[in-house]
Amino acid sequence: MEPFTKLTAIACPFDEINVDTNQLCPTRFNKLPVGDPYLQKVMFHDQRFTRDGERRNTDFVFNREPYTKAQIIVADRNWGIGSSRESAVYAMAAFGIKSVIAVSFGDIHYGNLMKNGLCPVRLSQQACQNLRGQLFDNRGATITVDLKEMKVIAPDGTEFEFDMHPLKRRCLLEGRDDIALTTQYMDNIKTFEAKHHSDKPFMKVQEPE
Amino acid sequence: MAGKTLFDKIWDSHVVTEVEGETLVYVDRLLIHEGSRHSFSMLRDVEMEPYRVEQVFGFADHYMPTETTDGGIPGVKDEKIRGMLELMEKNTAEFGVRNFGFHDPNQGILHVVPPEQGISQPGIVLCGADSHTSTHGAFGSISFGVGASESGHIMATQCLWQQRPSTLRINVEGALPFGVYAKDIILGVIANFGVGIGVGQAIEFAGSCIESMTMEQRMTVCNMTIEAAGRMGMIAPDDTTYEYMDGRPYAPKGTLWDEALEYWQTLPSDEDAVFDREETLDVEQLVPMVTWGTNPGMALPITGIIPSPDEAQDEDQRREIEVALDYMDLRPGMGMAEIEIERVFIGSCTNSRIEDMRAAADVATKGKAKVETWVVPGSRSVKRQAEAEGLDKIFTDAGFEWREPGCSLCTALNGDLLNDGQRCVSTSNRNFRGRQGPNGKTHLASPAMAAAAAITGKLTDVRTLG
Ligand code: SF4
Repeated sequence: MEPFTKLTAIACPFDEINVDTNQLCPTRFNKLPVGDPYLQKVMFHDQRFTRDGERRNTDFVFNREPYTKAQIIVADRNWGIGSSRESAVYAMAAFGIKSVIAVSFGDIHYGNLMKNGLCPVRLSQQACQNLRGQLFDNRGATITVDLKEMKVIAPDGTEFEFDMHPLKRRCLLEGRDDIALTTQYMDNIKTFEAKHHSDKPFMKVQEPE
Repeated sequence: MAGKTLFDKIWDSHVVTEVEGETLVYVDRLLIHEGSRHSFSMLRDVEMEPYRVEQVFGFADHYMPTETTDGGIPGVKDEKIRGMLELMEKNTAEFGVRNFGFHDPNQGILHVVPPEQGISQPGIVLCGADSHTSTHGAFGSISFGVGASESGHIMATQCLWQQRPSTLRINVEGALPFGVYAKDIILGVIANFGVGIGVGQAIEFAGSCIESMTMEQRMTVCNMTIEAAGRMGMIAPDDTTYEYMDGRPYAPKGTLWDEALEYWQTLPSDEDAVFDREETLDVEQLVPMVTWGTNPGMALPITGIIPSPDEAQDEDQRREIEVALDYMDLRPGMGMAEIEIERVFIGSCTNSRIEDMRAAADVATKGKAKVETWVVPGSRSVKRQAEAEGLDKIFTDAGFEWREPGCSLCTALNGDLLNDGQRCVSTSNRNFRGRQGPNGKTHLASPAMAAAAAITGKLTDVRTLG
């Protein structure tokens, strides 16, 4: 996994609330393996392309320059609700997205973003609105997401601080995946498990007779 | 010190360690499906074996054909779908995971089979590679959905990093009125309190109505907790739970059962337990519910009127209603019961258990299908039971199609799709845009309401059919 430390890039404002993972990756594309070139077209596929994959002539933002090169999305509340499908994140990554700023996120999606090295940032309603406002006024403006300093720098230089759980932040900063982290605690796991199963033997899987 | 909640008791007994505000939680059972191939690739990448492979269970459901399983996996025509089914067989065989796969006599949906098999139990932590894993909380467990990376992590370590969620108790009080089902209750809860009521929370359902419910009904309620943005739903175990579990293949036996029972009886929330929030819903006035919009919170009583954007409380909501009405092709002021439909789907992990089949069959005796109607049982065991009771015959006599078990039109991964733009009454859990097929318009309802719509061709108050 690539570390995420600090990124300055074109940010795309996206006003809609409750964007569900089905829009980020329509169900029929769940089958695509990571690395499949078609994944680049999957994020918001049905708004960007026809069913046959032809580009729709719509005003949809991600079809318009300079947002085809956006690496940051500034959204509203409830980004990524719905299905746990991780393919939503694969599609975003394939498009080039590296960070999403939103008021709130779908729980599982938030975790999925981090597990794939994308940086989710929670900011207040006002801060998100302010950022989107600046981006609408100033097409193609860049934003900085600084995970080391835990702040977002708006096009006009305003800084917004954000919070992230220390452990999750460390994994993102170091580009370390969770398994590598957890295996450091294997002794704790074994000790816990031995006691768990001796205190409550019925918790173990009982093979059917 | 205040007492503990059901959630507290289970959580506290599963903490391996705490590091910088994150808890490493031990996972007793993991459920995966054909979509979980990334989890296996992760294991290969880090060159690890599953740490406790006997605690992992596989299911063929999302990609299962439901028209026919004749010809086995090679008989599946779509090459990509066949590939997903083959890969699941191959991965589970290679790593030694017990797989309720394509050929298993108990194949079915990952939220339908584990309860039938006694895999879902009180007091455990259970994770599943599908958001509706909250279903298993009906047994008094901590059960929640995880992504593919998290499943891979659990396979490698049998643990997961989590932040302790806050707790919410929803007290559902009163007796279920005629024609009102568990599905109406959970749709009512979401419509009443909003899709955001439980954001990231552990929601315990309690109250006289829940206590009087069967396990099937409790599962329907917990299944859709996730649509209220809850992290998990749960219900205290009681005699109904134990009676349901007794004698199931993976349930504890003999003295282990006695020990388990003694422990399970200590799990319900203490009288003086404190929740971060509590809400109450009285069900006596509840009317059968149907969704009109594009999220499960956009639900109304069947006697209701399609809302107007003018009724919105703020600009956000106004836009939300406008967009939903436009997508669903509905006009403000229309009666819900005037909406004509083109398809009906009875199935999914919300409503494909034997009681759901019975409720739908009961209504099917009252007429003939006016639109294409599918009944997709949740598992082969449900299918056998329904056939033993003659329900399949009732369905086919009424012109409903009786199909093979799987997720089918709930998520349209297996090739079962609505035709472009079709309007469908569905007993599943999500009415998001395009979920059942491109431009598909989904109205969520109970199995009885879906069957009623099938025989009239429009949204119909099942109570009026007598
Ligand atoms: S029936 Fe639907 S919600 Fe349930 S497991 Fe299958 S796809 Fe997921």
